[in-house]
Amino acid sequence: MAALKIENIYKKFGSVEVLKGISLDVASGEFLVLVGPSGCGKSTLLNLIAGLETVSAGSIMIGDRVVNDISPKDRDIAMVFQSYALYPNMNIRKNLSFGLETRKMPKAQIQEIVQKVSTLLQIQNLLDRKPSELSGGQRQRVAMGRALARNPKVFLFDEPLSNLDAKLRVEMRTEIKRLHQRINTTIVYVTHDQIEAMTMADRIAIMKDGIVQQFDTPENVYDNPSNRFVAGFIGSPSMNFMPAKVGIDAGQAFLIMDTGNGRSHKLTVPREISPLAPWNDREVIFGIRPEQITEDTKRSRETGKNNIINCEVQVVEPTGPDTLVFIQLNGVEVTCRVHPAAARRPGETMALQVDMSKAIFFHPETGERI
Amino acid sequence: MMKSIADKLERQLPRLVLAPTVLAIMVFVYGFILWTAWVSFTNSTLLPKYEFQGFFQYVKLFGNDRWWVACQNLAIFGSLFIFICIALGLLLAILLDQRIRCEGAIRAVYLYPMALSFIVTGTAWKWMLNPSLGLERLMHQFGFTGFTFDWLVNSEMSIYTVVIAGVWQSTGFVMAMFLAGLRGIDDAIIQAAQVDGAGLPRIYRCIIIPSLRPVFFSSIIILSHIAIKSFDLVVALTSGGPGYSSDLPATFMYAFAFNRNRLGFGAASAMVMFGAVMGIIVPYLYSELRGKKHA
Repeated sequence: MAALKIENIYKKFGSVEVLKGISLDVASGEFLVLVGPSGCGKSTLLNLIAGLETVSAGSIMIGDRVVNDISPKDRDIAMVFQSYALYPNMNIRKNLSFGLETRKMPKAQIQEIVQKVSTLLQIQNLLDRKPSELSGGQRQRVAMGRALARNPKVFLFDEPLSNLDAKLRVEMRTEIKRLHQRINTTIVYVTHDQIEAMTMADRIAIMKDGIVQQFDTPENVYDNPSNRFVAGFIGSPSMNFMPAKVGIDAGQAFLIMDTGNGRSHKLTVPREISPLAPWNDREVIFGIRPEQITEDTKRSRETGKNNIINCEVQVVEPTGPDTLVFIQLNGVEVTCRVHPAAARRPGETMALQVDMSKAIFFHPETGERI
Repeated sequence: MMKSIADKLERQLPRLVLAPTVLAIMVFVYGFILWTAWVSFTNSTLLPKYEFQGFFQYVKLFGNDRWWVACQNLAIFGSLFIFICIALGLLLAILLDQRIRCEGAIRAVYLYPMALSFIVTGTAWKWMLNPSLGLERLMHQFGFTGFTFDWLVNSEMSIYTVVIAGVWQSTGFVMAMFLAGLRGIDDAIIQAAQVDGAGLPRIYRCIIIPSLRPVFFSSIIILSHIAIKSFDLVVALTSGGPGYSSDLPATFMYAFAFNRNRLGFGAASAMVMFGAVMGIIVPYLYSELRGKKHA
């Protein structure tokens, strides 16, 4: 168990700058998820922490030791790879014990650890098999077991679930989280899947183009994204963005929404969240999540009277618990999440309630939060 | 009516196209294997006779001193040739795999000997190893007058010159096979071993080389059939000499069947070689084909 401190890391491959000043502070026992689209530098960052690549500038500290120039084997880390990277010529027992044997641990102790780890991950009956004889999920467990056996200060996971099928992925997600609660070691987990990031992380670092866009708890990342990229990346279906003109009337900001057929509607922005004063008569990007545009119910009518819009339903996608309804607002397709029973058919008009208390606004050019 | 003939023709076309090859192989390969087997049971000399004589030629063969020298030479040549080719090939492949500069050019240099026929290799090495022309003379000219390297004309050592030339020719090919095998290993496995604390020698010894097992297997099969059918190399390099000290079963067979007019005797030695090759190839094919069915 140890804290991990990354300070102003740069990494260049030739003339290409992959990481541009990354700083992250991970507390001991924390579960950090690095998430971002492919090519954002998240795997490179993980390799730098592991010591498989060397940093161009900046420093990495594990515990209270700067590890920049320390080789991977002396960093006291363990890594789980996307391809599992099990040693194909060794059986599972040997795979688990290889790292311990390399470290000259006494035989009896190795056996004890292998026993313990394999019981924990329920792979006792696989110990004498070869990796090629295991299924994807079993290999995944062995790869985690190999990391666990070493009892390192920091665990590194490089997209470990991306080769599994959807159902198994969900199971393993829970299992890794449970494992973390049990062993309570610092974990750095790389994924491109925002659901994995949301469900597992204590804190999420969202990366793009070698820069950390936001580093915060899952709740904050979801409710308070720092820019349009983060807002769009986190959440599924993703947040709706539409250009909207701001108006101010008696100190009350509102947005003018075109609901189709030449009709328009004013959405009032609650005063307490309104930073829109300097934007009177100008256009902003209005962001709102699908679950904040729902069917018009009696209860919602009492809480936010004015913000009901009537729109033509274009496409309906039932997902089971909710139904996604697609409408047009200000010429942009907008997703709404409504109760299945309330959803209308395509072509019909539906009254929708917009919860403006969670609306957020972005600068139309920079995409930064207003 | 026309259409149905065309249809029929189209269906039969693959068979028609393949027929000449199949026929040629049936006659000239398998037919002559059977013919040789038959001749080996006769007392044929310059021309074949077809009177069955039983195992008479085989008994004589196994009592022949020169045959045993040839077999012993094959054992020495075969084992050293295979072992050195694999060891050197693997070493070169590992060194080449370290992402060095001009890898393509270096690889080509090692592979070029493959483009030569064994006759050319044998002739070139005959000149180089000839004491009065090649290496020994060169060293004498440099002033090392005490230097001797007379393996080519030494009946104790002549078979080892065949090993040298054979290794020179085939190592590059083995290297290419190992290089392909090394490139097929997932980099993440090596990284995982690094994180696990293993140094490079241990990674190679415990993980990479063991996972090249299929490559070892194919190399041994390919090299051993090259070794068994080696004929031209010996003919060009030593002509089986001095005396018959560097004879191999193939040159032995040729000498008796065609130079000494003992066709039956030569056929018997050919059949023994055939049996030896089958002993190696059949289990290999069996395991290969069975493996495919599983996969």
